[in-house]
Amino acid sequence: MDLISNLALGFGVAVSPINLLYALIGCLLGTLIGVLPGIGPVATIAMLLPITYGVPPVSALIMLAGIYYGAQYGGSTTSILVNLPGEASSAVTCLDGYQMARKGRAGAALCIAALGSFFAGCVGTLLLAAFALPMTELALKFGPAEYFSLMVLGMIGAVVLAHGSLLRAIAMIVLGLLFGIVGTDVNSGMARFSFGVPELTDGIGTAQIAVGVFGFAEILMSLTKKENRDILQQKLTSLMPNREEIRRSIPAVIRGTTIGSLLGILPGGGALLASFAAYGLEKKVSRRPKEFGKGAVEGVAGPESANNAAAQTSFIPLLTLGIPPNAVMALMVGAMTIHNIQPGPQVMTSNPGLFWGLIVSMWIGNLMLVVLNLPLIGMWVKLLTVPYRLLYPAILLFCAIGVYSLSNSTVDVYITALFGFMGYIFAKLECEPAPLLLGFVLGPLLEENLRRAMLLSRGDPTVFFTRPISLTMLLLAGFLLLLIVAPQFRKTREEAFVEGEA
Amino acid sequence: MAKIRNPKDFAAGLMFVGFGVAAIAIGIGYPLGVAARMGPGYFPRILGIMLIVLGAVLVLRALRLKGEKITLESPRPLLIVIGSVVLFGLTAPTLGLVIASILLIVASSAASTEFRWKEALVSGVVLAALSVAGFIWGLGLQFSVWPTFLGRG
Repeated sequence: MDLISNLALGFGVAVSPINLLYALIGCLLGTLIGVLPGIGPVATIAMLLPITYGVPPVSALIMLAGIYYGAQYGGSTTSILVNLPGEASSAVTCLDGYQMARKGRAGAALCIAALGSFFAGCVGTLLLAAFALPMTELALKFGPAEYFSLMVLGMIGAVVLAHGSLLRAIAMIVLGLLFGIVGTDVNSGMARFSFGVPELTDGIGTAQIAVGVFGFAEILMSLTKKENRDILQQKLTSLMPNREEIRRSIPAVIRGTTIGSLLGILPGGGALLASFAAYGLEKKVSRRPKEFGKGAVEGVAGPESANNAAAQTSFIPLLTLGIPPNAVMALMVGAMTIHNIQPGPQVMTSNPGLFWGLIVSMWIGNLMLVVLNLPLIGMWVKLLTVPYRLLYPAILLFCAIGVYSLSNSTVDVYITALFGFMGYIFAKLECEPAPLLLGFVLGPLLEENLRRAMLLSRGDPTVFFTRPISLTMLLLAGFLLLLIVAPQFRKTREEAFVEGEA
Repeated sequence: MAKIRNPKDFAAGLMFVGFGVAAIAIGIGYPLGVAARMGPGYFPRILGIMLIVLGAVLVLRALRLKGEKITLESPRPLLIVIGSVVLFGLTAPTLGLVIASILLIVASSAASTEFRWKEALVSGVVLAALSVAGFIWGLGLQFSVWPTFLGRG
C-alpha cells in the first residue's frame, strides 16, 4: 500500500509543531481575508510571498494553501450573517444563506456550510493523494511538445471557463506571457525588455505583478464605490441544524463535492466557478426550485462544499504536472520558485516530504477550520465593523512592506505601483487580471518548451500534431474554443438583427 | 470614419495593439533566429503580432457592435493611492520604516471621502508600531527603522 505509507510520511511532516503552527496561521489569515471584503486570496498570497522566503519551503506552502481554503470558510460566514460576500466564491451563498439567517436559521446555515466544507475538504485531499501517482507517471512521459500543448490547453481552458469576454481574456494571457519573458533569456543570456533597469534583468516578480494588479486595483475599485455596510446583528441562538435541514443537505453536499472536485482539476476552474455551478445544479435537481433565493438549505450546502472541494483539487494539476490551473495556483508556482523548487512531476520523487506533507496538512487545516471557526464567528463579524477607510491604508502598507522586503529594493515598490495603475485601467476596461497572471507564470515555460520542441523537430511545426498526446490536447483546446464561440456567434448575430430592425 | 459604438472594446483593443507594437518595437534588435533554433527575439515577436491582431479585432468589433460607455470618476483616489506607494518607496530607505509607514498611511487615507486627520495619524502610528514589531522583530527583515542620518541602523 504505497498510498498509506506516503500519507504516513506526509502525516509525519504535517504534524511537526512548526508546520502545525504555519497551517494554523494560514487558516486564520485565510478566514480573516475571507471575511473582509476588498481583499481576496490572490492579493493576500501575493503579499505574503516575499515573507515566506525565510521560512522552510514546506511550511511556506502549507501556510499559503491554508490561506486559499481558509478564505472559502471565511467567505461563507459573512455571506450568511451579513449578506456580504467577503470572497467572490461565496457570492452565491448570500442568496440563500442570508435568507436562512433572516428566518433565524443562521446557526444552522453556518454549521452546514462548515461541515459541508469539511466533508468536501476531506474528499478533495483524498482525491489529490489518489491522483498524484498516476498523474505524475503520465507527466513523466511528456516531452517538450506535449508540455507546450498541455499549457495551450490549460490557458484556453482558463479562458473558456472564466467569465467575461473571450477575446479580452486571450489578449490578457498573451500580455501575461509577454510580461513573463521580461528579463534575461536563458538560452542567449540577452536581457529582454529590461529598459536598462538592473532589477528587471531578473524578470518581473510574481509578487509585484499580483500585488499591483490584484491588491492595489481591488482597493482602487472599492474606493470608487460607495461604502454600504449596514450590519444587521443576528442573534446566534443554536448552531444545530434540525432534522429536515440535515436530510436535505446531505445529498447537496455530496453533489457539491463532486462537481467542485471536477471543476477544481480543470484549468480555469477553482473555487469561484465551482460554487456557481453547484448552485445552478442544486436549483435544477431540486423538487422545490421555488424555495431557492428564499432560504433553501441546499443553496448553502451545495456551493459551500463545491468551493472547498475545488480549492483542494486545483492543487492536482499544479503538483503533478506543474501547470497552475488558476491565479492562486500561479502564485503557488511563484512560492515554489522562490525556494528553487521547479513545480512538476519531479517534486514527488525529489521532495516527497514536501509533497505529501502539503497534502496531509490540507486535511489537518480543514479540521482546524471547523473546530476554530464556529466558536470564533462572533469575532470575525466584529471585524466587519472596522470601516474601510481604516482598512485599506493598512492593506496598502503591508503590500508595500512585503514587496520592499523582497530584495530591499525600492524599484520593486515602483514596479508594483505601476502594475497597480495598470490593474486599474484593466478593471475599467473589463479586462480580467486572472488570465494575465496565468500567462505571466507560464510565459518562460511556454517559450522554453516551444524552443525545445522545435529544436528536436528541426523546425518542423507539425510535431505538435503528429505526437498523439500533444494532438489530443490541442484538439481538446480547439473543441473548448468552438464551444464558446458558437453561442457567442449566435448571440452576436441576434443583436445585429435587432439593431437592423430598429 | 466609422462611429465608435463600444468605447470599452475600442479602448481595450487600442491598449492591446499598443502593447503589441511596443513589444515589437523594443524587441526589434533582438536576434530572431530560425524556427529550429529560436533566438531571443522569436517568441516575443509572435506575442507582439498576436496582441496586435487580437487588439485590432476588438477595435473593429467596437465599430460594429454597441456596448457600454467607460464610466469615469475623479482620478483622485487613483493618484493618491499610487502616489502614496511611490512615496513609501522614496522615503523608506532614507527616513526609515517608521516614518515611511506613517507617511503612507496618512497620505493614502486622504483618498477616502471620509478622511480625518487625527484618525489617520493615530492609525499611522499604530500600524507603524505593528509593522516594526511584526516585520523587524518577528520576521527579522533587514530594514532601517529610523532615519539613517540620525546614525542608527
